Amino acid sequence: MTIRGTLGRAAAPVILPPDAPTPGLDRTPGLDRAPPGRSPLRREGPAKLTGTALYTDDLVFPGAWYGHTIRSTEARARLLGVELDPAFDWSRVVVVTAADIPGPNIVNLIQDDQPILAFGEIRHHAEPVALVAAPDRALLREAAAHVTLRTEPLVPVLDPLASGQVFAHYELSTGDVAAGFAEASLVIEGEYRVGHQEQLYIENNAMIAVPRDDGGVTVHGSLQCPYYVHKALRRSLLLTDAQAQVIQAETGGGFGGKEEYPSILALHAALLARACERPVRMIYDRHEDLAATTKRHPAIVTYRSGVSADGRLVAQDIEIVMDAGAYCTLSPVVLSRGTLHSGGPYACPNVRIRSRAVATNTPPNGAFRGFGAPQTEFAAEMQVNRIAEALAVSPLELRRRWLYRPGDTTPTGQVLRESVAAEEVLDRAAEAAEFERVRARTAAARTEPGHVTGHSTHRIGHGIGLALAWHGAGFTGSGEVHLASVASVELTADGRIVILTGSTEMGQGTKTIFPQLAAEALGVPIEAVDFAPQDTALVPDSGPTVASRTAMVVGGLVIGACRRLRAVVEERSGGPFAGTYPADARAHGPTRIDEHFEPYPGVEFDDTTYRGDAYPAFGWASAIAEVDVDLDTGEVAVRSVVAADDVGRVIHPVLAEGQVEGGTLQAVGYATIEEVKLHDGRYLNDRLATYLIPTALDAPRIETILVEAPFSGAPHGAKGIGELPMDVAAPAVVAAIHDATGVWIHDLPASPERILAAMSAKTAGKTAGDASAGDKAGPR
Amino acid sequence: MIEPPLVSPTGLDEAYRLLAEAVHRPVAGGTDVLVQLAGELGPPPERLIDLWGLDELRGISLDGDALTLGALTTYTEIRRSAVCRDLVPALVEASATIGAAQIQNRGTLGGNVANASPAGDMLPVLLATDAVIVVGSVRGEREVPAPSFWTGYRQTALQPDEIVVRIRIPLIADRQVRFRKIGTRRAQAISKVVLALSWVAESPGVQWRMVRLGLGSVAERPIRATATEAVLDGRLPTSDTADTASVRVAAEIEPINDVRSTADYRRAVTARVLHRLIREAGGW
Ligand SMILES: Cc1cc2nc3c(=O)[nH]c(=O)nc-3n(C[C@H](O)[C@H](O)[C@H](O)COP(=O)(O)OP(=O)(O)OC[C@H]3O[C@@H](n4cnc5c(N)ncnc54)[C@H](O)[C@@H]3O)c2cc1C
Repeated sequence: MTIRGTLGRAAAPVILPPDAPTPGLDRTPGLDRAPPGRSPLRREGPAKLTGTALYTDDLVFPGAWYGHTIRSTEARARLLGVELDPAFDWSRVVVVTAADIPGPNIVNLIQDDQPILAFGEIRHHAEPVALVAAPDRALLREAAAHVTLRTEPLVPVLDPLASGQVFAHYELSTGDVAAGFAEASLVIEGEYRVGHQEQLYIENNAMIAVPRDDGGVTVHGSLQCPYYVHKALRRSLLLTDAQAQVIQAETGGGFGGKEEYPSILALHAALLARACERPVRMIYDRHEDLAATTKRHPAIVTYRSGVSADGRLVAQDIEIVMDAGAYCTLSPVVLSRGTLHSGGPYACPNVRIRSRAVATNTPPNGAFRGFGAPQTEFAAEMQVNRIAEALAVSPLELRRRWLYRPGDTTPTGQVLRESVAAEEVLDRAAEAAEFERVRARTAAARTEPGHVTGHSTHRIGHGIGLALAWHGAGFTGSGEVHLASVASVELTADGRIVILTGSTEMGQGTKTIFPQLAAEALGVPIEAVDFAPQDTALVPDSGPTVASRTAMVVGGLVIGACRRLRAVVEERSGGPFAGTYPADARAHGPTRIDEHFEPYPGVEFDDTTYRGDAYPAFGWASAIAEVDVDLDTGEVAVRSVVAADDVGRVIHPVLAEGQVEGGTLQAVGYATIEEVKLHDGRYLNDRLATYLIPTALDAPRIETILVEAPFSGAPHGAKGIGELPMDVAAPAVVAAIHDATGVWIHDLPASPERILAAMSAKTAGKTAGDASAGDKAGPR
Repeated sequence: MIEPPLVSPTGLDEAYRLLAEAVHRPVAGGTDVLVQLAGELGPPPERLIDLWGLDELRGISLDGDALTLGALTTYTEIRRSAVCRDLVPALVEASATIGAAQIQNRGTLGGNVANASPAGDMLPVLLATDAVIVVGSVRGEREVPAPSFWTGYRQTALQPDEIVVRIRIPLIADRQVRFRKIGTRRAQAISKVVLALSWVAESPGVQWRMVRLGLGSVAERPIRATATEAVLDGRLPTSDTADTASVRVAAEIEPINDVRSTADYRRAVTARVLHRLIREAGGW
């Protein structure tokens, strides 16, 4: 169910064209005029529903060979050689090693450290070392079985706290932390550990490379960022812009898992295609995808918070260590976002945050919905919930006291001038979930005899928990300025209106919402607007489809381009665009408008000092979870989650609701069952039989409340929605588990094993007259 | 996926003959075998024999004082069977926890038995009900009591040319059977602990007799916790009984740490769930 609201006070003016509809509760699908605020059918929906959508593995290239990756089976080793068994007939297949790469053996991203194929040293389990392609799968399997890696083991670094190699580190502070703690009458400390999480898109990573007549390569793949892949191909294969062509196939989910990873896969497929001079298909199966591709960064967050005698939050001292895995990938930016969000959405005068992302000999971690923020905001919310317990105040009341309001300043010195909806989302969620009433009921139930220690046949603990989060909209710091994104719209000579952007559809709705925004800006029905395929030969670089930036940043550019096109045509025709554009196209031929990103007015950030506006605006979210915990087994059933999310402006209510539901469920999995177990740097549960995510039966009832506190810098006010819900549900679930059981679980997932162990420790501690282990809380 | 040669006999005698001529891996529903064919979990079989066409292995029937289920009985058939529901409802309960609809439509009781996974969810129920596994070959049929059928980690009492033909569950008056599975999630989960407890008592106030406790995922094979059964035998389901039995079972089992759970958890939860089942039976 969706309940949409508008910000009651301090809302910045929404800048909408005069004919814009008032956002309302309209979820009727339809192909007619479907401006923002309505929910037209998804553009690619019917093809997906009827099975005609073409994913990478559905694409047919006659004569294509199959590619395979030879991977390391050690976490760290010296690579002495790749040996081909002389008994095998190698003339029937092709083999590629590091020596066959024409340009730099580097996967282009932030640091030049990750090789396309390992040489010299193997740095993680499942690292690609050599490639084989063959005309059929049986021969491919046979050939692969005749390749051996000659290695000499080295001692791996597996504990991030013991790692001496730092990919990135930040330190930011505001006020005087020592003075803040001196003023505090209550200090709460905690150490929180969160593990890997797999994106688990339905479609595995997949890429097909096709050699081109001009000596270059065209790749078709499942990917989020065509221009990342394009750059990587150009650089390492020494190609011109035109010789490298990247075409997105229908993509079955991404969640960040197809942000940077497709670059290495495209390079592998392209190297093999060059070697065999034929198209090469590299379609991962689930086992390979789980074993070798990026996951969410594990993190260890150490947190101290100080509260004054009159209940003010006076100091936060935070230390974050993220485990990057063997290569840098996107770790500096993941860490940066994690760092900037680690204080949570609370005003505090004295803050110090120190963070580092370190190398271990484990597979590299990368982008995943939330991008560092879910890890640190989990810690932030745990602290606030534990402080509320220590102060014996309601966690809702404590947040109301501390949360950011317009005019407050963040630890980077950013003054939150507009679009601040922390209070609104909190109040809306609390009201819908009847938080205080349910909390009183669970508290009363806890004091009933037999709840935890006594005998009662039905030992189910019921609990409710609350969390609040913020999520910076768009790229961090000056990221958007560096990206310099472009989006275009073209009125073609034959009178079609075509949106040209590099922004990809991966199930989240780009293909539907851009035509909605364009139709509104041009005053035409949505079906009059076409959406060009994501092919680097056709569309400009609109920046990556990540960071919840597509609706806000690129959507804003689409609107800008359309408004300019409308002005040009109306100037020429003297009539409204809708009635005159076909004739205009006939008379004047094609008109194309390229809209370039302009920095949002008044938004400035210094990347070296980490002072200024870390984000142009923030989205705000609150989640309230209710759980049942089986007190005999520690099993958790998340019954319901009320999620209130402020996204600036809702463009497509059904898709927006879908993002909140999906993000919430992914966070419920993160909170309760999703866990990667490692042994000697290898993932033990690299199959769907052992890496479990929630099923439909495990999914809670999710009530979505969409709040709109528009951002004035975007023409439509949107702030993005993809990641926000991922930040907030996990701490809410863990707070609910505490409400049900009396124990705090500091490490994610809050598995039955951990819950039962904590409950036993508490019972044991009680009899020994001890406080709960690990936490230090108390007056100082 | 490796595709070994497959034979599809249409009668049981033909199947026995083929099995006597060469070692074949039987395929019933294939829900375990197809995973084995990926070749990633051990050497794949060289030859397959498809049992799906053998109607002799189908059907649920009541034979005097026993319930008989053909080896090819699927979970969906068990769930829909009024006989099972009335006579051994624990079979229905356990079947409902296996995989999801697709697996239940295809997966068979005989496959679960022969696959001999320590986590096979039906197996504790068969242990708790004194089931007899009837196996057959060219030499004829023989009966193996459930406790002797699983001999080690994924090892069974089957000879290479034998197959499971049917499972016979004796119907014992006033026997109660309780089933509980603890998995990581509510569907499509392999058990971290699975247990079935049975006892015979003419009425609630009467002492328990013939107590059976079948356990899965706590040892290298499905086991009966006989020491705990001995503690429970001849007692009433009181709080004292529950305390003693749960302490006993925790001491009796030797579970391990693996990718799904920990030894500590398995031990603790086995004890606590047993406690709960006794509590529920005692109504206190
Ligand atoms: C997604 C999924 C979920 C699952 N969930 C569960 C679960 O929750 N609980 C659970 O216990 N299991 C589960 N399983 C495992 C499997 O479904 C069951 O063990 C099922 O009962 C196997 O039956 P089948 O007919 O498919 O066996 P098959 O795969 O055909 O055979 C299994 C094994 O037994 C042998 N075999 C089969 N029939 C005979 C016979 N009559 N005589 C001799 N040997 C025989 C085969 O050679 C093979 O070694 C799951 C499997 C999958 C793929």
